[in-house]
Amino acid sequence: MVPYLFLGFAAMLVATALMVVLHKNPVTSALFLVLAFCSLAGIYLLMHAEFLGMVQIIVYAGAIMVLFLFVIMYLNLKHDIETGVQTAVRRGLGWAMGGLLLLSAGALMARGWSLGPVNAELPAQGAGNAAAIGRVLYSRYLFPFEITSILLLVAMVGAIVIAKGRKSEGGEDE
Amino acid sequence: MAELWGNAVFQVAFWAIVKVGIILFVMLTVVSYLIYAERKVCGHIQARTGPNRVGPFGLFQPLADVGKLLFKEEFIPAGANKVVFHIAPMLAVFPAIVTLSIVPFGPPPVFQVTDIHVGVLLFLAMSSLGVYAITLGGWASNNKYALLGGLRSSAQMISYELAMGLSIIPVILEASSMSLNHIVDAQAGPLQLYGMTISFLPNWMLFKPHLMLPFVIFTITMFAETNRAPFDLPEAEGELVAGFHIEYSSMKWALFFLGEYMNMLVISSIAITLYLGGWRGFGPEQWGIVWYTLKLAAFIFFFIWVRWTFPRLRYDQLMNLGWKVLLPAAVVNVVIAGIVVYWRTHS
Repeated sequence: MVPYLFLGFAAMLVATALMVVLHKNPVTSALFLVLAFCSLAGIYLLMHAEFLGMVQIIVYAGAIMVLFLFVIMYLNLKHDIETGVQTAVRRGLGWAMGGLLLLSAGALMARGWSLGPVNAELPAQGAGNAAAIGRVLYSRYLFPFEITSILLLVAMVGAIVIAKGRKSEGGEDE
Repeated sequence: MAELWGNAVFQVAFWAIVKVGIILFVMLTVVSYLIYAERKVCGHIQARTGPNRVGPFGLFQPLADVGKLLFKEEFIPAGANKVVFHIAPMLAVFPAIVTLSIVPFGPPPVFQVTDIHVGVLLFLAMSSLGVYAITLGGWASNNKYALLGGLRSSAQMISYELAMGLSIIPVILEASSMSLNHIVDAQAGPLQLYGMTISFLPNWMLFKPHLMLPFVIFTITMFAETNRAPFDLPEAEGELVAGFHIEYSSMKWALFFLGEYMNMLVISSIAITLYLGGWRGFGPEQWGIVWYTLKLAAFIFFFIWVRWTFPRLRYDQLMNLGWKVLLPAAVVNVVIAGIVVYWRTHS
């Protein structure tokens, strides 16, 4: 059962991810990205990482993509802005990055289908893995965790400063 | 066939499907009568009788309403994004239905589809997906009022989701679990308060002083998440005509309507489960479903009551309330609840 579900989610993930890149309309692309996040959450669920799967939906599909959509709709982008040189550079960069990704994926595949440690110990399934994640996050990884939150706070303050600064200039930028 | 019955996975799936069918049927019926109840209650609040022509006491009014909606013309505005225009109403109903699968309607495992370790998170995830229906519906209609309604709703729901999530954390701390079943179990028996036992009150989260403010915050954000008055800014008929669903007609509009009432039912169920002891009450456990229904009815009445008594907030007031009052209060309460729980487990 699980392998078939995995194949379904994986196929959906690849298809929607391709649509994100290939579709002309930014709003449709963003919607396909939401679907991609949801299928990724499905794969997490299959790996018994329920906490991660739910957080994936809450944070990416529920919060970040809504803000993305908000911006796209607000700017009313109907199509990608296409000008000659930029497009060529973008395409070239895209091919280069894609090739790099393909190479690294090939290297990983050659190692025998395991991305992490081969014998990763599964958390006890009865307790769920929220407790396990919490325990590790607040003991072993406390410092990176705190640093990340401070980084986010700084970004937030920065955003507020930028928004305030534009207003005090006196509405000339409208 | 007998072999198939012996298969544990098949049995689980079979009973889950049966329960899903029952829940869907019951909930859809309840929703149609909820609309009748809303119109009746609103009528009496405004000193009139409400619908009373179709059937005895107007009890067949929902049937007449559905019949009217089915035969209404389906209209798609020019320049609308057709695919998104079709998907948006479905998205309005889908999160509510998914959340119903984890609500314990009575003593588990009979009265619940499934219990997952991260039940509360599933509820939050689904309520965060609820924004899409309104935002996309408003955008796809190619109408400025609809777009404004959609944009407002995304701003409003994102702002209030934070306060809602933070107001749930004290409950999770108190029950030390995110599974809805464990949270209900943590509310069994008489009230346990800082080492004392108060026998005349049930052990509901609501009665614990450090969880009272979260309950109030949850109740307020509840109205914002379901886009009900006094937070129905996305549809504000006075300024946005009808907001995000202005271009929708016939059954697509009915789906939005269904979504709103389904959301009311779901979010009330979650509020009951988190703060009011879920299906627990006096008497034997088998009465659970009765207690659950009573509490749900009370909550729904509260929803309707508030809608027809309070005026709508202005948009800046709404944002101020969300970011400057509810969010800081919720954060402070997380700290307080943390201290209380720590003190209890370490003394």
